[in-house]
Amino acid sequence: MTFVAKPRTRHPLLPLNELDLTRRDYEGAVSTLCAGCGHDSVSAAIVQACAELSLPPHRFAKLSGIGCSSKTPSYFLDKSHGFNSVHGRMPSVATGANLANRALYCIGVSGDGDSASIGLGQFAHIVRRRINMLYIVDNNGTYGLTKGQFSATNDRGSTSKRGVPNLYEPIDLASMALQIGASFVGRSFSGDKRQLVPLIKAGLMHPGMAFLDVISPCVAFNNHNGSTKSFQYVREHSAKLMEADYIAPSAEITADYEAGAAEDVNMPDGSTLRLRKVEASYDVHDRIGALAHVQRCQEQGEVLTGLLYVDPDAADCHDVLGTVETPLNALAEADLCPGSRELDRLNESFR
Amino acid sequence: MNVTYNDFVIRFANVNGSGSASANGMFAKALFRMGVPVAARNIFPSNIQGLPTWFEVRVNEQGYLGRREGVDVMVAMNAETYAEDIAALKPGGYLFHDNSKPLPASLKRSDIREIGMPIATLLLTEFTDLKQRSLFKNIVYLGALSALLNIEFDVITGMVAKQYKGKDDLIQPNIHALELGRRYALDYLDSPIEHQVRRTDANGDRILIDGNTAAGLGALYGGATVCAWYPITPSTSMAEAFERYANGLRVDRKTERRKFAVIQAEDELSAIGIVIGAAWNGARAFTATSGPGVSLMSEFLGLAYFAEIPAVLFDIQRAGPSTGMPTRTQQSDLLGAAYASHGDTRHVLLFPSTPKECFDFAAEALDLADRLQTPVIVMSDLDLGMNDSVSEPLAWDDARRYDRGKVLDAAALDGIERFGRYLDVDGDGIGYRTLPGTHPSKGAFFTRGTSRDEFAAYTENPDAYQRNMERLQRKWATAATLVPEAEIQSDGRKAGILYYGTSAAPMQEALDLLREDGVRLDRIRVRGFPFGAEVYEFIDRHAMVFVVDQNRDGQMRTLLVNEGDLNPAKLISLRYYAGLSISADEIHRQVLDHYKAQKLPRLKEVGA
Repeated sequence: MTFVAKPRTRHPLLPLNELDLTRRDYEGAVSTLCAGCGHDSVSAAIVQACAELSLPPHRFAKLSGIGCSSKTPSYFLDKSHGFNSVHGRMPSVATGANLANRALYCIGVSGDGDSASIGLGQFAHIVRRRINMLYIVDNNGTYGLTKGQFSATNDRGSTSKRGVPNLYEPIDLASMALQIGASFVGRSFSGDKRQLVPLIKAGLMHPGMAFLDVISPCVAFNNHNGSTKSFQYVREHSAKLMEADYIAPSAEITADYEAGAAEDVNMPDGSTLRLRKVEASYDVHDRIGALAHVQRCQEQGEVLTGLLYVDPDAADCHDVLGTVETPLNALAEADLCPGSRELDRLNESFR
Repeated sequence: MNVTYNDFVIRFANVNGSGSASANGMFAKALFRMGVPVAARNIFPSNIQGLPTWFEVRVNEQGYLGRREGVDVMVAMNAETYAEDIAALKPGGYLFHDNSKPLPASLKRSDIREIGMPIATLLLTEFTDLKQRSLFKNIVYLGALSALLNIEFDVITGMVAKQYKGKDDLIQPNIHALELGRRYALDYLDSPIEHQVRRTDANGDRILIDGNTAAGLGALYGGATVCAWYPITPSTSMAEAFERYANGLRVDRKTERRKFAVIQAEDELSAIGIVIGAAWNGARAFTATSGPGVSLMSEFLGLAYFAEIPAVLFDIQRAGPSTGMPTRTQQSDLLGAAYASHGDTRHVLLFPSTPKECFDFAAEALDLADRLQTPVIVMSDLDLGMNDSVSEPLAWDDARRYDRGKVLDAAALDGIERFGRYLDVDGDGIGYRTLPGTHPSKGAFFTRGTSRDEFAAYTENPDAYQRNMERLQRKWATAATLVPEAEIQSDGRKAGILYYGTSAAPMQEALDLLREDGVRLDRIRVRGFPFGAEVYEFIDRHAMVFVVDQNRDGQMRTLLVNEGDLNPAKLISLRYYAGLSISADEIHRQVLDHYKAQKLPRLKEVGA
């Protein structure tokens, strides 16, 4: 929690992107979350990803529900409009926003309470609707704003700060997303920027529903011994699938991975997603295999991170509906209103 | 024989799912095409197949098209409901039934006239296909009715030909079944009966249409591009009409791509969320639902009120509470819709009375929502939404432009030093909004359901919160000047009658009946909420005002008392809420009862 706002002046050494903007141009208001909150790292990763991709910082629609995570769209991309809606209903608002203007980048930030409990239905249905957006869940396994109740993603047996164990089975949103048809599913850790930033970039450029489950420890209520969503636990138990780097169509390849172990995934916009496999046998295009692998790791107490699945040829909701390229909110009255002569014909059909 | 023309009520009693709806619909349309005003009412069960269903047609050349008590001709095709169907007939009425099996003697009534026709037996010899034998029962009685009521036969055959255009193999058997019924009625029955139709031109250029179809077209003409909905009777046909017509009229000719998006959402919460998200992002959007949907949408409606986002919702009301009678009509969502959601919320309501108004108010609601940056709820009902009625033709002025309200574009933002989303620049309580993605450095703000200051920054400051709530009240006062004005007919009487929505249909007839009893009332038809000044002035001018509600609790009366701080004793509540639409007889009786109970003077008595 920083109470001293950073000055808006540009540091002369900050690198400029293709729009001649620095990372500072992609930031937002000062965070009011707790010092050390994982969510702030996710916001910082979004800032970095958007700046490095040289996306226009005002061309985003930022959407969220209610909760700590849902406050975060204030803390990045302040040139863009944000909408902090109602608890668990971000997906429907995002659906409407995306239908109205398909030309904006759509980022939804939600939490485990927001998406796995009150909004589980909306989460499932936006995935099946294939809305073209990046859907991030800041997953800390707890209700922070109401002071530490278990959420539905909390593992059975994981204890609260007071040592009380959670009695119920966890909901794994990444598995659900895989099963319902998300065309891009990843999982990462707020403390692993090197993995998270490329996943955010790839998710943003993915032409369909890109879902990222980001384990983001709650320093206030879920970062103790006995919690399976603490920094220490996740660091010790995360099973990395692969390193990823997102390479924009024109950008030079700067990935610092050994080329030998890399696999390039070509994205429709000409960009490349470069993956360095940790497990040579893993097929990132195999939805069923991904589902099995995620669950096997879970059984062994491991959190599988990385890009779990991608279908680079995915269709989005606008493809499904066959809508025009022009954003619906930009259609002129002449496009919308059939006029009086047509109405005369319609009247005749009712006689 | 005492023949009357173009003035009767005919009711068809059928089994749900037996194909009767299309034959009965053709009956009503045939009369309409002969220039005779008709109002059709489908009284159907919440069921796919098997339960009883009725279809009632009021035929009235004077244009009295509200529901009338009592049935003149009963087409009793459902043995299960013979008893109540026979009981519903007025003395002297006609009972038409299939006498392939005899009518139980216990059901005989000496004061009605029986017309028996062996429909099942006739079909047995004429058709071998089992499905045809069943479906054509309806067509055979339609043929028989053409003779009994004197309907021009070529009008009916013309409709069959049109309905099955392209499926020629269906036309001939249908015509054959029609002729079978007609021939039998001409040869063996006393045709025609006392109730007859004859060609007239009482319909002029009017059309026969249901309110939901008209509302769907209104949303299309009004520029809606996003429709999100969840299936619920009796609203479903509105969203379906929008989609059907948009598929014909809103498709790019070259690319064949659509200039609209329809989402059947997972529930009503999602439907209204999609509408709000789309409207926030600058598209005109609407949803159609009914009472249970409004309950579910309440949280989001509060958000849209407080965060000031245009949203248009059609509430096709049905009988509540809870699941209530899902296929019966009521006006029982007024209070729920007006104050939907927690906290101090209030919503703009529009009350259409005719299909034409469903069309007009759909487009108007989209304008008003944009202008006022708030939800607008169009309060239709099952009777208006799902039934065909005679309506003025739909009209659109090509010079009309959509009112997109106060939206700043990039150039306008460049001219402003500091943008404040919730600043009341014009004193009407309405701030200027910007759409996402408009300007590289100006105009972006954070929309939220939490309290904020004039510059959209989160605040818990008591003064800032209160300033905002007071500005919303100023906006509410602005809304009262923008909603459609009430329709008033005033002859300086002491008493008046206030009504809205479908209670308008029987009103002229009710007032004419009352006039015969020496009661003359001024009238006001309320069309919008918040109430305009003219509504309070009307009440103020009259010593007593009857308020007509199709709900148990007199919800319009409550709204008036509450919003206008009115003396409740002055507002006499007339209520009907049994699930059918209110009839002229009901209004007539209740007003008269009040005059009698209070021993109020009537003109006849004064003059006598």
